[in-house]
Amino acid sequence: MARTALPGRLSPRLEWRVATLADFVDETATARTLLLDVPGWPGHLPGQHVDVRLTDEDGYSTQRSYSLAAPADGERVELTIQRVEDGEVSPYLADTLAVGDPIELRGPVGGWFLWHPSRTAPVLLVGGGSGIVPLMAMVRARRQARSRAPFRLIYSVRTPMDLIYASELRRSARDDGGLDITTVYTRSAPEAWPRPPGRLGLDDIERFGWPPQFEPTCFVCGPTGFVEHVATTLVHLGHDPRRIRTERFGPTGG
Amino acid sequence: MVTNAYEYEDGNALAGPLSELFAVDVTAATGRCVSCGDTGRVADLRVYVNAPGYVARCPGCDHVMLRLVRSPDAAWLDLQGTLSLRVPMPPG
Repeated sequence: MARTALPGRLSPRLEWRVATLADFVDETATARTLLLDVPGWPGHLPGQHVDVRLTDEDGYSTQRSYSLAAPADGERVELTIQRVEDGEVSPYLADTLAVGDPIELRGPVGGWFLWHPSRTAPVLLVGGGSGIVPLMAMVRARRQARSRAPFRLIYSVRTPMDLIYASELRRSARDDGGLDITTVYTRSAPEAWPRPPGRLGLDDIERFGWPPQFEPTCFVCGPTGFVEHVATTLVHLGHDPRRIRTERFGPTGG
Repeated sequence: MVTNAYEYEDGNALAGPLSELFAVDVTAATGRCVSCGDTGRVADLRVYVNAPGYVARCPGCDHVMLRLVRSPDAAWLDLQGTLSLRVPMPPG
């Protein structure tokens, strides 16, 4: 079994590794999944992330944190990068990095926002935009482990064109027993979609999430404002703040 | 300048930088704020990354609990806003 960093577990000091782009998948007009080969990768748990470091020819170096998009698979690591228009790192990763190119990567890191496939308690996942990425790692890990943990995913996106992992999520909703998926559109919805476009609200979370009495673990990931809004709503609905785990991306998320 | 009320990330952003200093994952640790006495996960702190380095504030009272600056040959960690840090550990 791959060595995996666990919370509280003593781990070898993290080092920067050279990763090579093996392939990529364009998910939307602005999001690309990078399939990276990372020699010596120690494994990870869904929800963990990595730091990516780019260094310019003149030595200027900058780094960003990205969620791992898929469960551990040997030395293969998947990141889904949402391009931030005036970003310093994401446009390079999403547009310029070519197959065979190297980048530096350090991880896995983060021991709080993670789901262990041996857990059986109900889980509520709420993702806004590219906040779906670490939640998708959990959905994929659940399927891989043949887990029957009850999962509900609420995915908030602006328009149908912004859906990341659209076809896989459709398949998962059909084939992964015990996984319910609700997509909430905030700007424009597909024709005949039952819910009119609008911000994810208390009604949505109450209707498509779990009742607090079920004591679900809630994972919320997205832009900071979205995460604040959802976490506050969950507490308002009666969820124990200790079971709400959040991951926000701030203004420099890219 | 337009100020954005959400110009911060969360404590998870400290996981990598702090891993250079600590043998355990500090984002899962529970910290107590010097100012208001509240306890919470380091993962839930409000982290401002636009300053040189990282400034992490208490989500309850906004007091600075942790500052971390990395230079090419040193790391400078200021924890004067943190009264205590409870770190989950495997049985010793």
